[in-house]
Amino acid sequence: MTSDHISSLRNPSSIKTRFAHRFVLALKKLSMDRASSSVSMADRYKRYRKVRAAAYASMASSVGPKRAWARALLRKIRNRKMGSNLMKRLGSRTGLLKKRTVLKPRNHREMGSEQENSLRELVPGGEGMEFYRLLNETGHYIKCLRAQVKVMKNIIDLYSN
Amino acid sequence: MSSRRSRSRQSAGVSRISDDQISDLVSKLQQLIPETSINRSRSDKVSATKVLHETCNYIRKLHREVDNLSDRLSELLEMDSAQAEIIRSLLM
Repeated sequence: MTSDHISSLRNPSSIKTRFAHRFVLALKKLSMDRASSSVSMADRYKRYRKVRAAAYASMASSVGPKRAWARALLRKIRNRKMGSNLMKRLGSRTGLLKKRTVLKPRNHREMGSEQENSLRELVPGGEGMEFYRLLNETGHYIKCLRAQVKVMKNIIDLYSN
Repeated sequence: MSSRRSRSRQSAGVSRISDDQISDLVSKLQQLIPETSINRSRSDKVSATKVLHETCNYIRKLHREVDNLSDRLSELLEMDSAQAEIIRSLLM
């Protein structure tokens, strides 16, 4: 893996464009698939979850496999999706199957500082990384999150006028 | 110039990262976070702990924004589907 510097990011505007394109396509798909006019609380919540997952997935796909956080994020979203599909089929007796990740016992926690541990939890894929890598990935992740928020705001403005 | 790790890690086999490289990344992060970069010149040092702390807060804030925006978007999707049709066709 090449060592990326935070400064040598790809052009931010092309990330925004790629993300916007993917995300709008995903939204289009969502609005067609579901009974998009359903107002029940459960359906609303499901729709919200799907929109949010689509946003993160679109961003992670636009970033591509070079970034560990993007790979980890896509993995997480796919796992969740598979898990929920499984739940739908198996019905209510799937309480045990919900946990897909094994939690580390507290006394085996990393030796890092409290901040470092919090950061690891916040950045996708942060758990297994060496500290230097974590900092690097964090910088990129933040830039992409910001772009994501900007684009989402723009789309909302477009839709609500 | 000898390099030493800033904390003991078991990352054997990986090239040693110097303190300088780490503090370099930390100051880059400092520039990214509004909390720590506003009204501060590049040479003003903020403690690494504070930078990490503010980084976590900032990420949480961005996550909340995404949640919020997703909520609004999903509400818009639910609305007038004729209007959505027009917008969709415009965006294609």
